[in-house]
Amino acid sequence: MTDIISTPRAAAPYQTDDFAARLKKRYAAERRFKMYGMAAIGVALAMLAVLLASIVAQGYTAFAQHDLALEVYFDPAEIDPQGTRDPDTLSNANYAALARNALLAVFPEVESRTDRRRLTAMISNGAAFELRQMVMDDPSLIGTRKSVNLALASDYDQLLKGNIDRRVPETDRKVTDQQIAWIDKLVANGNIVNGFNWRLFLNGDSRDPELAGLKAGLVGSLLTLMVTLGLAIPIGISAAVYLEEFAPKNKLTDLIEVNINNLAAVPSIVFGLLGLAVFLNVFNMPRSAPVVGGIVLALMTLPTIIIAGRAALKAVPPSIREAALGVGASPLQVVTHHVLPLAMPGILTGVIIGMAHALGETAPLLMIGMIAFIVDTPSGFGDAATVLPVQIFMWADSPERGFVERTSAAIMVLLAFLIAMNAIAVVLRKHFERRW
Amino acid sequence: MSVSLFLAVLAVLAFVGFQLGKSRAVVTAGGKLSRLHSVPSYYGLYVALWVGLPALMLFALWTGLEGSIVDGMVRSSLPAAMAGLSPQEINLIMVDIHNLAYGNITSRVPDPALLAAAEHYKGLREIGNGALAVVMLAVACAGLYYARQRIEPGLRARNLVEKVVNIFLILCSLVAILTTVGIVLSLLFEAIRFFTKVPPAEFLFGLHWSPQTAIRADQVASDGSFGAVPLFTGTLLIASIAMVVAVPLGLMSAIYMSEYAPAKVRGTVKPVLEILAGIPTVVYGFFAALTMAPFVRDVGQSFGLGVSSESALAAGVVMGVMIIPFVSSLSDDIINAVPQSLRDGSYGLGATKSETIRQVVLPAALPGIVGGVLLAVSRAIGETMIVVMAAGLAANLSANPLDAVSTVTVQIATLLVGDQEFDSAKTLSAFGLGLVLFTVTLGLNIIALRVVQKYREKYD
Repeated sequence: MTDIISTPRAAAPYQTDDFAARLKKRYAAERRFKMYGMAAIGVALAMLAVLLASIVAQGYTAFAQHDLALEVYFDPAEIDPQGTRDPDTLSNANYAALARNALLAVFPEVESRTDRRRLTAMISNGAAFELRQMVMDDPSLIGTRKSVNLALASDYDQLLKGNIDRRVPETDRKVTDQQIAWIDKLVANGNIVNGFNWRLFLNGDSRDPELAGLKAGLVGSLLTLMVTLGLAIPIGISAAVYLEEFAPKNKLTDLIEVNINNLAAVPSIVFGLLGLAVFLNVFNMPRSAPVVGGIVLALMTLPTIIIAGRAALKAVPPSIREAALGVGASPLQVVTHHVLPLAMPGILTGVIIGMAHALGETAPLLMIGMIAFIVDTPSGFGDAATVLPVQIFMWADSPERGFVERTSAAIMVLLAFLIAMNAIAVVLRKHFERRW
Repeated sequence: MSVSLFLAVLAVLAFVGFQLGKSRAVVTAGGKLSRLHSVPSYYGLYVALWVGLPALMLFALWTGLEGSIVDGMVRSSLPAAMAGLSPQEINLIMVDIHNLAYGNITSRVPDPALLAAAEHYKGLREIGNGALAVVMLAVACAGLYYARQRIEPGLRARNLVEKVVNIFLILCSLVAILTTVGIVLSLLFEAIRFFTKVPPAEFLFGLHWSPQTAIRADQVASDGSFGAVPLFTGTLLIASIAMVVAVPLGLMSAIYMSEYAPAKVRGTVKPVLEILAGIPTVVYGFFAALTMAPFVRDVGQSFGLGVSSESALAAGVVMGVMIIPFVSSLSDDIINAVPQSLRDGSYGLGATKSETIRQVVLPAALPGIVGGVLLAVSRAIGETMIVVMAAGLAANLSANPLDAVSTVTVQIATLLVGDQEFDSAKTLSAFGLGLVLFTVTLGLNIIALRVVQKYREKYD
């Protein structure tokens, strides 16, 4: 037997310390890279959370509002001294005095003129209109006493909501110490009630935050979207059908295709300039009107709808077309009887996404003057109107603390609509999704 | 109101025409439907089209021309005393007449001649509307009669109807081209008017932007200057801040989501991220102005930096957040389009996942990603509401992100909001800016779409 001389074998290259160190480094790099990805998503989601949280935190209080519950005496001497019940006399009476008297009755100790003026400043300017509306609706109220909830001026509402800090020195505060004392007394007396802020949904815009509401903007948005829908859906679907099903491959259709893709990426404010120059200045259409807003938004959403529509049409398998053609349908019948119904869910998803986009759009509407201060709800497509996003933009410009709250609340309403629309789109897609 | 009444009457007539045509076709075929060339309802549609289309075309023609025809008639009937006025004054008078006729507020106390003209105008419009109603009804009835006469079993009703539908479809597709033409023409016309007042070179290369112009000749210190360079740099500054935020975040989330994330995470995170894209820009603007800008200012002040309360940084960062989903979904598509075989090859050589991504997937996807980023840049340049609300109006020529800067879109929006006359350089300058904005974004889009397309063809 010979001894086998065992020579120490050289370590494999993957077992050297050098290699191990390098491998460790590579794995660490791998982990780091993955962490970067997660961090990026984390940052994006955190920003979304911060955005939503800050808006909800600033705005949820706007859905409740403090009112003054006062016993108002509908004094015949003030409203209708002659007792004629003539609507003209009724509507011109000094209702602000009724509200003032009701408040002063709670504070008999306030004597001096200036103090009385400061005290009655706590009643909103809108209280008089609300009282007038009550009397106009029911003249039998005259001469009776009734407990009425009157709007409290916004600064005091903000004070009660804790948005105005009581510890700030009096000179830096919008509310004096004395007014705070009065408010505290009213609270102690049970003269302040906190309830759901119906005015936010039932009123038009106003310079007074406590009276400002979204109704005009909501109705304006609705009218504008109706025009947009009425134009964008038929035109968008027809264009998609033509380009996908019938169009020959030539220079013209190429041009149309390139055009649609480019239009989808044109800044929205440029569409506003188009509306201003063409519809307002050339065609003399009315400013601030839902018709013009709707047309501009329709032109803007058209590319989205066409692109989504073509994708949906493309997803319908050719076998269906061939089968229909084979039993003698004309190309148009193939499309209207078979292809379009099958592609409809996909097209509708695109339509809803386009509409959601249009609902949130602001810039082009500023260009055509939908930034008007609208108190009355628009009643037709030619009336001056504003829309929800523009109302948000205008409120965001107002310095009062009460408008900050209301802007956030309006944003929450707008987002609620958008989320509802997107949810419908998702459900449609999930429900009707087909695979062939 | 009368418009919708016209259309309702027309719709009813068309429906009647449809029924008549259908029954007529059955009658002429002697009850044997097989003798008909088309299905009976096509004959109905044929008649309905004859009822509706000519009347509608007439209606469109009239609404387009009515304004100028009536205006011309009123203008020629104005009293002789007014005839000697300059065209601008005549235009003002016409505006007053329109306002009087519609019961709006006028710019002056109306004199009797004006009131008479307004009455005349109103009368002409009423006559016009009445005549239109009569003629439209007559045309619709004539169409009904003619089409019903023509119905016989051999009439190729389907082909005729389909031809009309086909023309309608083509017209709808042409709307996109018309829109583009409309945009280009409206921007060009107004911009040319602007450039006759301000030379293009001064506009494009001037360093000072202050569009306040004198409204009256005797006003002092307000001969506007229209050097747009501060606006271009401001736009670029904010757009670059936005891209610095959006590109790394968007790209890394796309990479994580397409390469690492389990299907479940992907299924929930992706739609949540897309919420960011669905939030209206006015909301971002509010957030930027009310939360982000004070935050940036406070942080800056705690480091002893002077940050203006409307800093480019705040607007840029929020804009970047808005663009994240845009970058991430575009890159996601493009990364997914890289064939799996390339990755498998790389793994086979022993590369780790991150090495594969960095050295194989990203280089392969690079042209597409660049295209996507260019699209995002064009979106950042064209974004309006965030900068209107958070970037300010001061057109500073500054590269400091802590300064307040103004952008092209901010100026367009502020110059055109409110009532203006359309022959001052101030309002027209907005169209000059709009033309620049449109040209730049269009250029970026075309390049981006080309790059994306070219890349896509490589592996398909």
